[in-house]
Amino acid sequence: MTATTDLSTDHTRAVADGAHSHGVVPAGSRAERVTSFDLADIPVPSGREEEWRFSPVAKLQPLFAPELGAGGVLTTVVEAPEVKVEIVGRDDARLGTAGKPGDRTAVTAWNAFSEATVVTVPAEAVASDVTSIRVEGVSTDATAQHVLVHAEHHSEAVVVIDHRGDALLNQTVEVVVDDGAHLTLVSVQDWADGAVHASSHRSVVGRDAKLKHVVVTFGGDVVRVTPDAAFTAEGGDVEMVGLYFADTDQHQEHRLFVDHGVPRCKSRVTYKGALQGAGAHAVWVGDVLIQAKAEGTDTYELNRNLVLTDGARADSVPNLEIETGEIDGAGHASATGRFDDEQLFYLMARGIPEVDARRLVVRGFFAELIEEIGVDSVRDRLIDSIEAELEKSMSVITGTAPAQEGA
Amino acid sequence: MPTLEIRDLHVSVETKEGAKPILRGVDLTINSGETHAIMGPNGSGKSTLASALAGHPKYQVTSGTVTLDGEDVLAMTVDERARAGLFLAMQYPVEVPGVSVANFLRTAKTAIDGEAPALRTWGKEVKGAMENLRIDSTFAERSVNEGFSGGEKKRHEILQMELFKPRFAILDETDSGLDVDALRVVSEGVNRAKENTDVGVLLITHYTRILRYIKPDFVHVFVDGKIAEEGGPELAERLEEEGYDKYVGTGATMSA
Ligand SMILES: Nc1ncnc2c1ncn2[C@@H]1O[C@H](COP(=O)(O)OP(=O)(O)O)[C@@H](O)[C@H]1O
Ligand SMILES: [Mg+2]
Repeated sequence: MTATTDLSTDHTRAVADGAHSHGVVPAGSRAERVTSFDLADIPVPSGREEEWRFSPVAKLQPLFAPELGAGGVLTTVVEAPEVKVEIVGRDDARLGTAGKPGDRTAVTAWNAFSEATVVTVPAEAVASDVTSIRVEGVSTDATAQHVLVHAEHHSEAVVVIDHRGDALLNQTVEVVVDDGAHLTLVSVQDWADGAVHASSHRSVVGRDAKLKHVVVTFGGDVVRVTPDAAFTAEGGDVEMVGLYFADTDQHQEHRLFVDHGVPRCKSRVTYKGALQGAGAHAVWVGDVLIQAKAEGTDTYELNRNLVLTDGARADSVPNLEIETGEIDGAGHASATGRFDDEQLFYLMARGIPEVDARRLVVRGFFAELIEEIGVDSVRDRLIDSIEAELEKSMSVITGTAPAQEGA
Repeated sequence: MPTLEIRDLHVSVETKEGAKPILRGVDLTINSGETHAIMGPNGSGKSTLASALAGHPKYQVTSGTVTLDGEDVLAMTVDERARAGLFLAMQYPVEVPGVSVANFLRTAKTAIDGEAPALRTWGKEVKGAMENLRIDSTFAERSVNEGFSGGEKKRHEILQMELFKPRFAILDETDSGLDVDALRVVSEGVNRAKENTDVGVLLITHYTRILRYIKPDFVHVFVDGKIAEEGGPELAERLEEEGYDKYVGTGATMSA
C-alpha cells in the first residue's frame, strides 16, 4: 500500500515494483565508462558528469587532489584465528587486481596510499569468528586508505569494516573472492556528524564463488560508496545488500555496478533506505551490465526508499544494460514512497500509540533486509541504530528531546 | 450499561476540491449487547460513518457529538478510541509489510489492555481463535494483510475483534466479497464475540444475506448521509424484496 509518489525522485517516479522500464540510459553506457589507474585519465569533475550529478562535489573536493595524507584514520584489525593480516607497501603484487578505478575519488585514492592493509582468508580455511576492521576517524586531514580482503579458494569468512569518528577519507576496498570461496563483507558507515567519506569497493568473484556484500550507512555528512563487482569465471554469485538512514542535511550515495562479463553468474541487489529531515538526500544508482558473452545470466536489483518527513529527497536510478538475449532473468525495481498514513491509521485503530506504530512500520520496512544480512553482531547493531534514528524523528512528532546521540 | 451515542453527526471528507459534506445529521444509540444493522446503497456514507467514528484524519466532523459512556469520543485520538473500547473492522484492511500478525496482535492487545497478555494463555487463545476462524497457523508469521485474499483479510479483522474484546465493534461490509462458507465462518466469529463479551455491534452491510447469520435487533436504512428509516429485523426482509429504490430518488447515488 506504500504509494509511489513523485516527491523528488529521479527516474523512479511512479515506477512500481516489477515494472521493467529501462529508465533513461545515461550518456555513455557502463561498458564505455573510462577506468584507469592513471590520474591523468580521470580529471577532476565539474559536478555535471553522470557519475557526479547528484553529489555535493564541493564537499568532496579535497579528495579529488592527487596528494592525500594517511594520518586521518586509525585502523585496528581484530581477526579470526584462521585469518592473516598484513601491512604491505603499495608495490605489493596482490594490490590492484580487483579492477581499475572508475571515477576521480577512486583514482586519487589509488594513487595516494603508501601502505595497505591486507586481510587474507587462507585456502580452505573456515573462519570461526568475524574479522573486524575498525576505522576510527581521528582528524579531518584528507586521508587515503587502501584495504584488500582476499578470500582464497574454498575459504569462508565474514569481514566487517566499521567506520566511526570524524574523518575526511578517500578509501579503496579491494575484494578478491577466489574459486569456491564464500565471503561476506560488511561495511558500516557509522560516522559522526561532519565526516566525509568516499569509498570505491572493487570486487572480483571467481568460479562458483559467492560474495555477499553489505553496505550500511547511518552517519557522516557525505558518504559516497561505489561498489563494483565483476565475475572472472562461471558460477559466481554476488549478493549486494544495502541499508541506509539519511537524516537532516546528510548525503548518502550508493552507486553500484555489477559487470556480468562471463556466462552463468548470478547477482542480486537489494538496497533500502529511510530518509527524514530537511536536506536529507539519498542517491542510489544501480548499474548492471550483461555483456554479449554473459549468457545464462540471472540478475535482479531493487531499491526502495521510505520518506518519513517533508524536505527529504531520494534519487533512485536503476540501469540495466543487456547485450545478449540468452539470459535466465534480468529485472529491476525501484520505488520511493512516503510514509503511509493508512498503515499508521490501521495500527492506531488497534490501540497502538502513534510513536509505536511508526516504529513498527519502519522496522517492518527494513525487516526482511536485516534478516538477509545474516550476521548476528551486525544485525543487533543495525536494529539499535534504526531505533536511535527513529528516536530523532519521534522527537519531532512528540516534541520531546531525542535520546543522547554518540558524538 | 455501556452506550455509544451518536448525535446529529455531520462529517465532511477532504478532497482536492475542498471539504465535501457526506454525513448530514446521523443519530444513533447503541447499547452493549445490541446489534444494529446499517444498510444502504453504495456511496450513501456508511464507510464515512465508520471512519469518522474511528477517527480517520481524512474525515472532519463539522458538528454533532459522539460519546461512549458519556466520554467525548471526538476529543480522543485514534488510538485512544481503540483503547476506550471501539473497534473498526475495515472494509479494506491495510497491508503492513514486515510486521508479523503475531507481533501485531500482541502489540495491539498490550496497548488496549495496558499490560502485556500472559504469555502462555495468550498463545493458546490466539491459536484457538485462528482455528475457529479457519485461519491457517502459518498466518501468524506472515506480514499483516500482505498478500491476504479478500476473505482472509476479513477473517483477520474478526480475529482481532475476538481477541481484543472491544465494547463496541463497527463492522464495515465484513460480508462483502465472501463466499458462503467464509460468510458463515466470519459470522460465527462475530456471534462468539457477542456471546462472550456482550459487545455492541454496528453491522454495516449492503446486502441482507449476512443478517441470516447475525441477527440484528435493529435495522437502519442509510441514505444520502443519514438514517432514512428504522425498524426491527422485518425491515431487512422488506429491503431484501424491495431494494433501496424507494429511498434512492433525488440526491442519493447508486454507484456500482
Ligand atoms: N476519501 C474520499 N475522497 C473523496 N470522496 C469520498 C472519500 N470517501 C468517501 N467519499 C465520497 O463520500 C460518499 C460516501 O462514501 P462512503 O462513505 O464510502 O459510502 P458507502 O460506504 O456507503 O459506500 C461517496 O460519494 C464517496 O465518493
Ligand atoms: Mg463502504
